[in-house]
Amino acid sequence: MHHLSTFVTRPLVAALALATVGLVAVHAEDAKPAAPALANSLNPNDKSAEPDEKLLKKDVAVKVEDGKYFDAEGHPTFHVTDQGKKVDWYAYSGYRRYHAECHVCHGPDGMGSTYAPALKDSLKHLSYEEFIGILAGGKQDVSSSEQKVMPAFGDNKNVMCYADDLYVYLKARAAGAMGRIRPGDKEDKPEAAKKNEKECLGG
Amino acid sequence: MRAVHLLALGAGVAAIAAPAFANDSVMKGIANPAEQVLQTVDYANTRYSKLDQINASNVKNLQVAWTFSTGVLRGHEGSPLVVGDMMYVHTPFPNIVYALDLNNEAKIVWKYEPKQDPSVIPVMCCDTVNRGLAYADGAIILHQADTTLVSLDAKTGKVNWSVVNGDPKKGETNTATVLPVKDKVIVGISGGEFGVNCHVTAYDLKSGKKVWRGHSQGPDADMIMDPEKTTSLGKPVGKDSSLKTWEGDQWKTGGGCTWGWFSYDPKLDLMYYGSGNPSTWNPKQRPGDNKWSMTIWARNPDTGMTKWVYQMTPHDEWDYDGINEMILTDQKVDGKERPLLTHFDRNGFGYTLDRATGELLVAEKYDPVVNWATKVDMDKGSKNYGRPLVVSKYSTEQNGEDVNSKGICPAALGTKDQQPAAYSPKTSLFYVPTNHVCMDYEPFKVSYTPGQPYVGATLSMYPAPNSHGGMGNFIAWDGVNGKIKWSNAEQFSVWSGALATAGDVVFYGTLEGYLKAVDSKTGKELYKFKTPSGIIGNVMTYQHKGKQFVGVLSGVGGWAGIGLAAGLTDPNAGLGAVGGYAALSNYTNLGGQLTVFTLPN
Repeated sequence: MHHLSTFVTRPLVAALALATVGLVAVHAEDAKPAAPALANSLNPNDKSAEPDEKLLKKDVAVKVEDGKYFDAEGHPTFHVTDQGKKVDWYAYSGYRRYHAECHVCHGPDGMGSTYAPALKDSLKHLSYEEFIGILAGGKQDVSSSEQKVMPAFGDNKNVMCYADDLYVYLKARAAGAMGRIRPGDKEDKPEAAKKNEKECLGG
Repeated sequence: MRAVHLLALGAGVAAIAAPAFANDSVMKGIANPAEQVLQTVDYANTRYSKLDQINASNVKNLQVAWTFSTGVLRGHEGSPLVVGDMMYVHTPFPNIVYALDLNNEAKIVWKYEPKQDPSVIPVMCCDTVNRGLAYADGAIILHQADTTLVSLDAKTGKVNWSVVNGDPKKGETNTATVLPVKDKVIVGISGGEFGVNCHVTAYDLKSGKKVWRGHSQGPDADMIMDPEKTTSLGKPVGKDSSLKTWEGDQWKTGGGCTWGWFSYDPKLDLMYYGSGNPSTWNPKQRPGDNKWSMTIWARNPDTGMTKWVYQMTPHDEWDYDGINEMILTDQKVDGKERPLLTHFDRNGFGYTLDRATGELLVAEKYDPVVNWATKVDMDKGSKNYGRPLVVSKYSTEQNGEDVNSKGICPAALGTKDQQPAAYSPKTSLFYVPTNHVCMDYEPFKVSYTPGQPYVGATLSMYPAPNSHGGMGNFIAWDGVNGKIKWSNAEQFSVWSGALATAGDVVFYGTLEGYLKAVDSKTGKELYKFKTPSGIIGNVMTYQHKGKQFVGVLSGVGGWAGIGLAAGLTDPNAGLGAVGGYAALSNYTNLGGQLTVFTLPN
């Protein structure tokens, strides 16, 4: 799968991300309030969600393409409906991948642990580009008082093929659109997701 | 009859003399309760001390004698050692070793800090813990995170030799302590989440030269097995006993890691340990029994030859690593004295076997909530003899990929993880620190990349439902009858190694940071003291200048550090009704410190 490993190398990802930003600036200027069909409907009883009104507003989807939602900046975002009972495919898939690949260090539901930060907080600040960059390239924070090191997942298909999924899930956690409950119902798996998964994971 | 009696006595003396061969210095250290030369306290892993100055009636007067900061945050597992007038304290990564002079108010005599590539940190699955040093023949043996094995001169800290056991770039790391036995030192390896083909290796104690290596899976020669002579449940294992139970080459990334404890019986001249989970966590991707992962091993320490094996969890579907300690005791079974091995497995069953033959005697649940199997089939005539009878509802294999199997008890961290239990010959009871945690588990397809995690399942964990609401218990266990004698509920998993003493006191630590002392007969709490950070280390005791001390490392972390974010599936119930267990972070914080206790003068 040569094309895949090329795709996940850091410079290329960064370049892609930059390209997205360029596009988005224009897009953001004429962003309109979310169409009713794209609005979120959260679980009002989920005390574990800690909704952040500002982020919820900022992250709201303005566009949907084959089951993938995008915010005003053109970055992937979540779509939570039916009083939190249903989430979009990518948020669901992100939940699943997170609890396989990330939770061993970052704790259940992005809550953090003694050796890795709570991503439900980190994603309040991290941009899409920074997120993808750290995911692919890793991060080192080694001093006399702490040794926090995250591996580079650039070569790991189980992570990189689902980078957007993870981003969407963690963004939903950061905004408080999803709590600490396993997502119940989900939107159907989009054709694009099926196709990408097949191409990305390979044989 | 007198002559016979004398003969018997002679045989007894011979039996005592023979162990001297095990390693004189280690045997001497074990025999002297003032010292602690092994993490496991003794070769049998009983974690029992003959010291009795601190006892059930005076332990309530315990006071802090002195403290020592390790200078390292993160999870502190294991315990210090005491040899003569010196104490040896280790730390998590970067694996510093301090030698403290007990005659001189614990002044630092020497400090050893290895240079290790920090890129090893994220390859360690669950924090950078290290379960401690061992002492033998004037040397302190350290097995670093990056798998470098170092022999240090105990007096000076000078490196005698060092050797590299594995490659962190392939996901091979170390968290475990080592076993010095005879003229060798036995070491294991971690990396089950990275598809490592794990093994146990013997190095020469004097030179660091590799003597033998036995893998957990693969061809018979790799495992050092004799198809005719190596047995499982009394029968020869036969040719290719491992290869037959894997599809194609999957054994090459099979896991079966050896990151737990080692015990040794000098009389039978056998060492015991357990192997971990098969890689990946998705059972559908690796059909077969996946032998010999999840297995109790008995090997000859000189040659590595496998005497017997017993696989507890064939074809693991839940990550129930079999690495927990093997505690060797001699007790009467049906009126007959037998050499026993008792093991509290992650899978929630407490096993007692005959350690000479590997015969299975007892397999009972040591937490009543365990539900993934109804029981272990004890019928020797059955084709399922020795196998757990899996409940379909909780079978992640039968439910298949992309299906979330709910309410499985115990969770992947097991009814007990590595935190070692203790055994008191005075009560014939085992004292077991346990987790009271259940999970939902959903396996799915993953692809393997060397040096990258290879998990393949989504997990969520939460306190056992319909119980006391806490995530742990500290229990007393009758290993011969397979019964819980008493059980103390704990708010969090008990992730600290227990210590039983001749003073009829059992000690353990809690994740909130309490050192607790309980009555060995009743479990009644006699003393508690809150140390600066959560305890995942093992309680130890020593005697200096005629006075008994109790020491424990604080420093929350390890997989238990995940508890800082405590799993909840129903946050409304969790945060509302019980509230207390919302998060460990409300109770403690990171910190590495040794606290030493004693009685007032």
